[in-house]
Amino acid sequence: MPRTRRLTAAATAVAALSVLATACTGQSGTAASDDPNQEVTLNFWHGWSAPSEAKAIEENIARFEKAHPNIKVKVTGNMTDDKINQALRAGGDKAPDVVSSFTTDSVGKFCNSGAFSDLNPFLRKAGIDKTKVFPKTLLDYTQFNGNQCTLPLLNDAYGLVYNKDAFKAAGITEPPRTWSQFVEVAQKLTKPDGDSYTQVGIMPTYHGYETTPARLAAQWSPKYFDADGKSNLAKDPAFASMLTAQKDLVAKLGGYEKLEKFRNTFGDEWSAEHPFHKGQVVMQIDGEWRASMAKEAGVTFEIGTAPLPVPDDQAADYGKGYLSGTIMGIASGSKKQNAAWELVKYMTTDTEAVVAFANAIHNVPSTLAALESPDLQVTPEFKTFLDIARHPKSSTTPAQADGGTYQLTFQDLAYAVEKGDVADIPAGLAKTGRQIDTDIAKAK
Amino acid sequence: MTSTGTSSGIATGITTGPGPVAPPLRAKRRRAALRTAAFMSPWLIGFAVFFAYPLLSTVYFSFTKYDGFRPPVFNGLDNWTYVFTDYPLFWPAMRNTLWLVVVMVACRVVFGLGVGLLITKIKTAAGVFRTLFYLPYLAPPVAATLAFVFLLNPGTGPVNTLLEAVGLPAPGWFTDADWSKPALTVLAVWGVGDLMVIFMAALLDVPKEQYEAAELDGAGAWARFRHITLPNISPIILFAVVTGVIQAMQYYTQPLVAGKVAAGVIGGSGQQFEPGYPDKSTLTLPQVVYNVGFQRFDYGTACVVALVLFALSMACTALLMRRRGGLIGAGD
Repeated sequence: MPRTRRLTAAATAVAALSVLATACTGQSGTAASDDPNQEVTLNFWHGWSAPSEAKAIEENIARFEKAHPNIKVKVTGNMTDDKINQALRAGGDKAPDVVSSFTTDSVGKFCNSGAFSDLNPFLRKAGIDKTKVFPKTLLDYTQFNGNQCTLPLLNDAYGLVYNKDAFKAAGITEPPRTWSQFVEVAQKLTKPDGDSYTQVGIMPTYHGYETTPARLAAQWSPKYFDADGKSNLAKDPAFASMLTAQKDLVAKLGGYEKLEKFRNTFGDEWSAEHPFHKGQVVMQIDGEWRASMAKEAGVTFEIGTAPLPVPDDQAADYGKGYLSGTIMGIASGSKKQNAAWELVKYMTTDTEAVVAFANAIHNVPSTLAALESPDLQVTPEFKTFLDIARHPKSSTTPAQADGGTYQLTFQDLAYAVEKGDVADIPAGLAKTGRQIDTDIAKAK
Repeated sequence: MTSTGTSSGIATGITTGPGPVAPPLRAKRRRAALRTAAFMSPWLIGFAVFFAYPLLSTVYFSFTKYDGFRPPVFNGLDNWTYVFTDYPLFWPAMRNTLWLVVVMVACRVVFGLGVGLLITKIKTAAGVFRTLFYLPYLAPPVAATLAFVFLLNPGTGPVNTLLEAVGLPAPGWFTDADWSKPALTVLAVWGVGDLMVIFMAALLDVPKEQYEAAELDGAGAWARFRHITLPNISPIILFAVVTGVIQAMQYYTQPLVAGKVAAGVIGGSGQQFEPGYPDKSTLTLPQVVYNVGFQRFDYGTACVVALVLFALSMACTALLMRRRGGLIGAGD
C-alpha cells in the first residue's frame, strides 16, 4: 500500500505540475514602457521572398534606421504564418517584435487572441487620426471589434487582367462591364479542342488561382454578417446570385470536369509558366501585380486591365472590387513596444516609405496620401487597380474571431455548387450559415 | 561461510520478533529498488517528459478553451461535443484515416512481401533489383509526392497519356475524390523498400530443411508458402502491420502536399488553404490536428482530435496484439 500511495502521489504531482506548467504558458499583452530612444534591436519578420521584394524591404529598413539611428532592425524574410504563430507563442528574445503577414483573414484571430498589441493607444499617443490616414476598407480588415491590432502595409486590389491581342483577334473591343457581357466574352474567347481546350476565356473554377469565392462575391457587395453578428449567407440574396452565376459560367464554358482537367495543365501561379502568360487563359481575375509579372515573364501580347464585371442590376457600381493586403503588427509579448511602434508607424504611415515600397513591389499604396502622391509610379495597367482601391463600393471580407474559417466554410459550399453537388443552393447557404455561427461561437 | 545480512536478520527475527527483521529487509529492498530505478532513470525521464507529461497536458487542454496566447480556461465538454457533433472536418478525416489504415497498410504488406519473395528467388542481378526497389524508400516524402502528382496529372501526366494511348480510362487521380486515396496508396506502395528488406531477412531465415521435407512430401508452391513460409514469418508480418497502422494514423505530409499541389495552391498571396482537396478526400486526422490547433488557434479542439487518434492507435494495436496468436499462425 505505501508503494501504491507513493505512485499515486507521484502521478498527482506530475499531473499538478503539468497543469501548473501549462497554465503558465499563456501570455498577456504588455504595457509599453520601453524607451524608444534607447539603443535597441528589433526583430522584424515578413513573408516576402522574391529577391526584388526582399531588396525593397531592406531599402525601406535602411531609410528607417537612418531616421532612427538608435534602432537596429534584424529582418527575417520568407516567413509563413505558421512559423510566425509558433514564434509569437514561444516568445523570448529571438521571437519577432514586429510582424507582417499576407493573410489578412488572420486579423480576427490575431486581435481576438491578443497575439498582437492594440495599436489604438500608440496611434493616439502619436496624434495620428487613423481615419484620415487609411482608407476605411483597409481599416476594416486590420481591426476586430475595435481592437486595431494591425495596420495595413500596402494594399491588394483585385480586378481583371486580359490579353488585348486575343480580344482583338476575337473582335472584342472593350473589357466586359456586366456579368452577362462577361459570360458572352468568355464564351467567345474559349477555344475547345476535343475534351480539352487550346484557350479558355477565363478559368472560372474556384481553384483558378485568385478566383476565390470571396473575391468574386465582392462584385455582388454582400453582407457576410447581420447586425447581431450572425451569418447572413441565407438572408442576403447576393450569395445565391453569385454562386448561381458562377455555376452557369462553368457550365457554359464546358463543364466542371473538363475545365478542371484543363486547369491541371497550368503552370505555377508565381512562375513564368502562369496560364495567362502562356496564353492558355485570356482573362485572369488577379491582383495588381499580375500585369508587371507578365511583363517580367516576357509575354509578347499587349496587356489590359479593368475592374471585374458587376451583376447586371448593379451596372452603376462598375469599378468596384475586392480589397485585402499585407498587415503589420507588434507582438504583444515584445518588450520593445515603443521602439516597435516607431517601425510600424514608419512603414505604414510615412508617405515616402509607403510610396517607395509600393513602387518597388508593384502593390497598391495603403494610405490616402500615398494614393495621391506624385511620386507614385503609375502605369495605365496599374491605374485600374488604384481606381478600384479608391472606389467607394470596393469591399473586403470582415475580420472574425475564427479568422477566415467562415470564408473557408463558404468556400466549401461554393466548391460543391460549382461541381453540381448542391441542387438546392438556398438550403446549402442556410446550412453553411449555421455552421459558420457555430464555429464563430466556439472561437469567441 | 560469510554471514549475510539476510540470514542474520532472519535469525534475529526468529529470536526477537518481527520488529527488528523489517528494517534490514526494507533497506535491502529499497536499495534494490533504487538501483533498478537508477538503471531505468534514462527511460523513466524520457517517458515522463516526452510521453506522460504531453499526454496529461493533452487531456487537460482538451477540457479547456486555449489559443496558445491566453491562459487556458476550463470549458467542460465543449470541445468534445464540438468535435463529435459540429466540427465538419472530423468525420471525413476519420473515414479517410481508417480507409488508409485498412487499404494502404494491407497493400504495403502484401506488396512488400511479394517483392521480398520475388527477390529472394531471383538467381541473377538480385542486388540490382533489391537496390531498385529499395531506392524509392529513400526519396524525401515531399519530393516523392510532387513527382507523383506530376506523373499522375490528369492533364499532362505521362501515366494518363499512356493509359489513354492504350484505350484505358484515365482517372483524375489526385484531382478526383474517388481516386485520391488510391493514388496515395500507389505512392505508399512505391516506397515499400523498408518492408521489402525486413521481409527478405525473414524469408532468408526460414529453415531450408522444412521446404525440402515438404517437397519430399509432395507439397506444391502454394502449400509450402501457406504452411511453411507464412507461419515462419508471421511475427514479422505482425510487426509490419502494427508499425504500418501507426504510420497510417500519423499520415500527414503526403496527403497535404498532394492536396495543395493538385488544388493549385502553393501559397504566396495570403490565401487560406483548407487541407483535403479534393472534397476532403485526402484529409487525415493529423492534418485536422494541425489545422484546428495551429491555424485556427483552437488547441482544446486539437487536443480532443489528438486524443481520439491516440485511443484509435491504442485500440488497433491492442486488437492486433490480441489477435497475434491467429496472425502468428499454427506453425508455432
